[in-house]
Amino acid sequence: MLVFILRRLLQAGVVMLSVAFIAFSLFQFVGDPVANMLGQDATPEQRDQLRRDLGLDQSFVVQFGSFLGNAVQGEFGLSLRQGRKVSTLIAEAFPATIELALTAALIAVGVGIPLGVYAALRRGRFFAQLVMALSLVGVSLPTFLIGILLIMVFAVNLQLLPSNGRHEVLSLGFWTTSFHSWASFKYLILPALTLSLFQLTLIMRLVRSEMLEVLRTDYIKFARARGLSERVVHFRHALRNTLVPVITITGLQLGSLIAFAIITETVFQWPGMGLLFIQAVQNADIPVMAAYLCLISLIFVTINLVVDLLYFAVDPRLRVHSTGH
Amino acid sequence: MSAQPSRWQRFLASDLWYSFRRSPVALLSSLILLVCVVCAVFAPQIAPHNPLDLATLNLMDATLPPAWMAEGSSKFLLGTDGYGRDILSALFYGARISLFIGLGSVLLSMLLGVSLGLLAGFVGGKVDGFIMRVCDVMLSFPSILVALLINGVGKTLFPDAGETLAFSVLILAIALTGWVQYARTVRGSTLVERNKEYVQAARVVGVGSLRIMRRHVLPNVLGPVLVLATLQVALAIITEATLSFLGVGVPPTSPSLGTLIRIGNEFLYSGQWWITIFPGLMLVLISLSVNLLGDWLRDALNPRLQ
Repeated sequence: MLVFILRRLLQAGVVMLSVAFIAFSLFQFVGDPVANMLGQDATPEQRDQLRRDLGLDQSFVVQFGSFLGNAVQGEFGLSLRQGRKVSTLIAEAFPATIELALTAALIAVGVGIPLGVYAALRRGRFFAQLVMALSLVGVSLPTFLIGILLIMVFAVNLQLLPSNGRHEVLSLGFWTTSFHSWASFKYLILPALTLSLFQLTLIMRLVRSEMLEVLRTDYIKFARARGLSERVVHFRHALRNTLVPVITITGLQLGSLIAFAIITETVFQWPGMGLLFIQAVQNADIPVMAAYLCLISLIFVTINLVVDLLYFAVDPRLRVHSTGH
Repeated sequence: MSAQPSRWQRFLASDLWYSFRRSPVALLSSLILLVCVVCAVFAPQIAPHNPLDLATLNLMDATLPPAWMAEGSSKFLLGTDGYGRDILSALFYGARISLFIGLGSVLLSMLLGVSLGLLAGFVGGKVDGFIMRVCDVMLSFPSILVALLINGVGKTLFPDAGETLAFSVLILAIALTGWVQYARTVRGSTLVERNKEYVQAARVVGVGSLRIMRRHVLPNVLGPVLVLATLQVALAIITEATLSFLGVGVPPTSPSLGTLIRIGNEFLYSGQWWITIFPGLMLVLISLSVNLLGDWLRDALNPRLQ
């Protein structure tokens, strides 16, 4: 047990270290910061002085160490483009992305599970087949195209919903939200819907296939033989057993939602971390890129670690296996 | 009639060809794909205009709707964009770039993945452990994110890269996200194959490891790789389109389908939908037909379903 957890922690640590190393090496390629800061007519003494002040005369290892120390505290320096602290920029954009991702996850689960159950129970009926066919198209449509289509229909043609930006938000200290008024919430609908569609089809197809699998098992036959009503068999017995893998996948997909938010945020100009990152890539804004790289990796590594540990807690077979060696 | 039928005759007599002829989905999607590929490959010959030649552009022709609409012109079948470029021709040239990058990156990632997978499965031990750990890590990140990061890093390293270098970085970025799938598939099959008698026989005869891997194991593990490669082409094309849409993909001087969608996106609000929708439609047609073809191939090559 302990060995398993330790090994996983070590692995996560190695991944984070390599990501931090990549982020650190980015800084080595932007050219000499000393030359940029002092300009053409600085004396060699001035250069040496600044080099010492910035710690650039130290060895690579020491520099990497101080980068790590700063990164752990969330300190990545100033954005080259906006001239503000990277940590502030990220802190401002973080709530917007999380709000978008969580709303999308809610839509995906809330619509995906019922649709999947329906498609499994009414297999072969016209509507169920229509749902499955539509889901195939949904998988083939790239996210940004879905966003564009939604904008075309709901914002341009019907003029029902706004298509870009985030309306004024309610500030709760370190957090901001759009849930306080309909005027603000309207701005969240189209981006959240766009972001959720891929996950929705994924969850729906997963629920359907798991449900079909479970309905074939002996205990379902036994439950039917006991004379339980179809409703009880389907929802108390079958659905409950399909939910374990569905919850795992949904949890794992939360990270993808945050990553895919890059695309959605660009389409809808939603001021989240993804938009920040894309603008940083376009302008070679290294500090912001490095910070985003480290943060998104941390999110993914954490999610995977938690899921691994949960598996371990849930599935006793893993425990026997690891102590057997 | 020769005793040994040629490769082509063997192919015509194979189960694969038979199942292909009997599947309407496979026939239709390969037909669509064929049309797209022909349009892309022969774009310079068959496109009605040259969208890359700035001298032929006339701003008077800008944002004309498709020919069947009231203000459309028969000169521009699918309308024009903001610079007066013919959309139909831009589609052909765009598909050319999209397909080139899609196929290029799939070939590269297949080469990388199959080699590493063979190595991991055949050699085993520490090498295997290391390669598989790297795969685990790669798989825990979504591919679009990895491609975006690699491409971003590449763009930062070479800020004023020429067109060739920009294309290479993009192809490499997409390829580096895809190889994991091949490596895992090939490793799995290699582990099974390497203990079979024909491999042991080859070893007893004194054939070297490299030759066994290449000549004996490789042909026997290629089936699933073929299916995977087909499906990955669709994914690679969509990844490229997404990156280009985000403005970090192909250089703007050679617009792919994604770039065209990005350009058209700005005109959407003034009602000029055709600038975005046609490239989008082309992209969906290509990816959908490649996906359907891949699905068919998977079923056709699966011995359990026959």
